[in-house]
Amino acid sequence: MTEFFISLGMNADWAWFVATICGILLIALPLMLGVAMIIYMDRKVWAAINLRRGPNVVGPFGLLQSFADGLKVFLQETIIPSAANKGLFIIAPILTFTVALLSWAVIPFGPEAVLADINVGLLYIFAVSSLGVYGVVISGWASNSKYPFFSAMRASAQMISYEVSIGFIIVCVVLWAGTFNLNEIVLAQENHFWIINGFFFNPLLFPIMVMFFISALAETQRVPFDLTEAESELVAGYQTEYSSMSFALFWLGEYANILLMCALTSILFFGGWLPPLNIDLIPWFDIPGIVWLLLKILFFFFCFSWVMATVPRYRYDQLMRLGWKVFLPLSLFFVFAVSGYLMLTRWG
Amino acid sequence: MIHTLAFYLFAVLVIASGAMVVMARNPVHSVLWLILAFFNAAGLMVLVGAEFIAMLLVIVYVGAVAVLFLFVVMMLNIDFAELRAGFVKNAPLGAVIALILLAELVLGIGAYRVGAIELGSPDGSAMPLLDGSNTESIGALLYSRYLFLFEMAGIILLVAMIGAIVLTHRESRAARGHQDIGKQNARRPEDATEMKQPEVGQGVEL
Repeated sequence: MTEFFISLGMNADWAWFVATICGILLIALPLMLGVAMIIYMDRKVWAAINLRRGPNVVGPFGLLQSFADGLKVFLQETIIPSAANKGLFIIAPILTFTVALLSWAVIPFGPEAVLADINVGLLYIFAVSSLGVYGVVISGWASNSKYPFFSAMRASAQMISYEVSIGFIIVCVVLWAGTFNLNEIVLAQENHFWIINGFFFNPLLFPIMVMFFISALAETQRVPFDLTEAESELVAGYQTEYSSMSFALFWLGEYANILLMCALTSILFFGGWLPPLNIDLIPWFDIPGIVWLLLKILFFFFCFSWVMATVPRYRYDQLMRLGWKVFLPLSLFFVFAVSGYLMLTRWG
Repeated sequence: MIHTLAFYLFAVLVIASGAMVVMARNPVHSVLWLILAFFNAAGLMVLVGAEFIAMLLVIVYVGAVAVLFLFVVMMLNIDFAELRAGFVKNAPLGAVIALILLAELVLGIGAYRVGAIELGSPDGSAMPLLDGSNTESIGALLYSRYLFLFEMAGIILLVAMIGAIVLTHRESRAARGHQDIGKQNARRPEDATEMKQPEVGQGVEL
């Protein structure tokens, strides 16, 4: 895009600057729109599984429900509890929202369509997503209220536990792909198994994919692991004291994170923007990569809501057991297995 | 130009937040300032071209160590007045430690400039070992030349971890009501429930 702005008669520095701003807007604005629609989809899926209708009043098929909710929240009064730590109380939702948007900078939407094609892309995502816990912890502490504080405690323990196994899972994928760059990871999956694009068909990496999906549920605090906002115990968890836009920012951030995890699952294991099969069936290769990526993201998001509608919440000790006693040894074993196999076949 | 601006931004923020770590009245604020300092230090690393180190700094320090730090500080009920009281008394000791650290830094950088240690080029810019990314360069160096030191660091960490577990682990299964997860998972509805068809007006026999 920089070339385009240079051709308009800007100098290189300015063109780069304007192009980057445009790139950010091109990702962030559709993402916000996508989050609004994905909340609607989430509610529709739960409704269908519960044999309800779901949102169906605002707009055709209730499509505008999220926008109506957004408007309602926007018009509400912002309440800051008098005992709260004001600065941190306001910063926490902003932090959650910003961090949720930050990771999208390195997500490849197509062979060329990346905002920042850096060579430590996967590590960058891992680093930024590990910042996500601060929004929760700070809001829980700054609210100066019991339930948010409990929620913050749970969140920090939970997210650290599952980040460990996610780290090992990422190591396996990186070992196989031989790079941290997300675009190259996608390309490494081309024709991975016969004509199928994607690591998921690899018997050594398939169990890792399952573990990654479950860890992603835990990392985004979705249902079987939503102990941070267990409404029967903690009212609404860390967002209990929030109202108006600050509450909405938590919501947007949460769903942007879920979308990110879906995108990451499809990029790491399902070939990202590559078509599922590497043969020219119909005008198969003419479909732009972003369509494939979005379809895969939608599929995984459906899985997320499916899990939410069908699985009961874990007990806290079960959550910790799964993270530390099951996933950690298992993912460590797979790091050994994958590196051993690669040593044998690729470098042996 | 943007490089220089970014450097001064990060550098000023590192120093300012470092100062705020010491000066903040609330320990939780101190930890948050410390996190900001880590984060900006990572920004400086990116500017030098050491993006791998920068990401590790964020993942390890910001993402894990500082969270645990924050966790502990939030749980503790610290008396701020008491903490302040020792400030004047301990100030000279603190100054001495700061001077020692400064001297070490000056000595280290001096030795590096002279070229006594083989780290990179003495003009301050890091020298890439391979043609590849700096992830590959670090890997190639760490697992060949510094393998022994690297493994020793690993062993020390392992010992520390085992030590922490041994110190805090208590055998008190009976007192707490131990849960057997395998038993819980193996439990089926048939074991726990019983279907009864009581006659009207008869009640159920328990």
